[in-house]
Amino acid sequence: MIRTTALAAIAALATFAGPGLAEDPLRIGVEGAYPPFSSKEADGTLVGFDIDITHALCAELNRECVLVEQDWDGMIPALKARKFDAIIASMSITEERKTQIDFSQKYYQTPARVVAGNDADFDATAEGLAGKRLGLQRGTTHQCYAEKSFPDTEIVLYATQEEVFRDLAIGRIDAQLSDSLLAQESFLSSDEGADFGFLGGDLIDLECFGEGAGVAVRKGEEELRDAISAAILALRANGKYAEINSKYFPFDIYGGDPE
Amino acid sequence: MQAVLDLIPLDIGLILANFDRFMWGVWMTLNLTFLALLCGGLLAIPMAIARASRHPVLNPMVWGYTYVFRGTPLLVQTFLIYFGLGQFEAVRESWLWDPILSSAWWCAFIAFTLNTAAYSTELLRGAIIDTPKGEVEAAVATGHSYAARMRRIILPSAFRRAIPAYSNEVIFMLHGSVVASTITLQDILGVGRWLNGRYYLAYEGFITAALLYFLIVLAITRLFRWLERNYLGHLAPRDSEAPASPQ
Repeated sequence: MIRTTALAAIAALATFAGPGLAEDPLRIGVEGAYPPFSSKEADGTLVGFDIDITHALCAELNRECVLVEQDWDGMIPALKARKFDAIIASMSITEERKTQIDFSQKYYQTPARVVAGNDADFDATAEGLAGKRLGLQRGTTHQCYAEKSFPDTEIVLYATQEEVFRDLAIGRIDAQLSDSLLAQESFLSSDEGADFGFLGGDLIDLECFGEGAGVAVRKGEEELRDAISAAILALRANGKYAEINSKYFPFDIYGGDPE
Repeated sequence: MQAVLDLIPLDIGLILANFDRFMWGVWMTLNLTFLALLCGGLLAIPMAIARASRHPVLNPMVWGYTYVFRGTPLLVQTFLIYFGLGQFEAVRESWLWDPILSSAWWCAFIAFTLNTAAYSTELLRGAIIDTPKGEVEAAVATGHSYAARMRRIILPSAFRRAIPAYSNEVIFMLHGSVVASTITLQDILGVGRWLNGRYYLAYEGFITAALLYFLIVLAITRLFRWLERNYLGHLAPRDSEAPASPQ
């Protein structure tokens, strides 16, 4: 019986060769527990930036898609076990993961940015921050970046990000470095952060921050990977990406163009 | 040599490369701990005298202070001073804020000083109260006033007898100083945590920190053994050998 189905599938593929809706649906692994990127409504429907991007990518690829929910820690094993064909779950492209699976180009990269008081008389460069107290959370990619890029800055390490915002608000540190989206959502948009703003632009550093979040596929699926990468660029070009982006965030989360 | 190093499951090179950071951490730990011990110890002397007296106001006041500071954890006291006081705008506007309360070092120093002063007060009070009656009576009989008695007889004797117990307080204070690393200070543990956060290597950072604390404690116990031999020798059990008799 199974064999018959398989044969029928091959026959179907043979009949409608080339990209088309007749192909098997593309199964996408999503997490559903990482708001605002991916979460579940009370009625069980999946919503979020990752989910919208998934639907847009499938439309661009002209493929039918099935979303498969999967817990985060089992994501890569499930992909390798062919439970689904791709992961769209805000997964950062890191060297360690690249030994296991393959990634499309990034589809977003929430950059790190410096936050300081609106009246700050310095800028977010190594020279500007020299001698200043820069707070950040210990053990983050931001620590890696600050120690590498701001050698003359006094780096103040905190256990939690809340403590960093707190001491910035009461003036114990001159500036802080964190994920820009996090800073926007949990500090700058609050009353406490009213007198603060981003200082300088996005900070890009491959070694420390990775390349952003990409769509993961199994190794050896170059064709699918490249098709997805092309589709991401197409969404960027045709304005669909910007439309989805503005639904969730006040600024473009794509980050700089990959080198 | 290399073969031996390979057997140790530690990235020795990384520890050595960051050794100067650890040395700065040692300096931070030592200056915080010993300045707090010094100031706390000086505060403890008048408070211990008050606690040993029957003064109707001073005694209960100091008792209340030591009760509070011995009854709460050092970590909580430090958080109250660092995070708690900073919450009030009145404090942030006051002259205390800029050089003192806005600095993590000063907050830790104040908390440590108040904490060790409380313990030292009770420790010294015990030693004062336990002064042998005969010594006090002899002082009274020779016409010493209360102040002269305290200065010449009771305190010197109490200090000597407090030495063994005080060595514990010094070691506890050193161990308690790790609290500094929770309010952004780079003490020995702070550097260990930095290494862990930077390279995701927990063992390297924390074993180095443990070894450094161990070495400092070793030095402290040596110092106190010397102090006890020199200043408490008269209270040590007598050697069983008979003193050498003249030939």
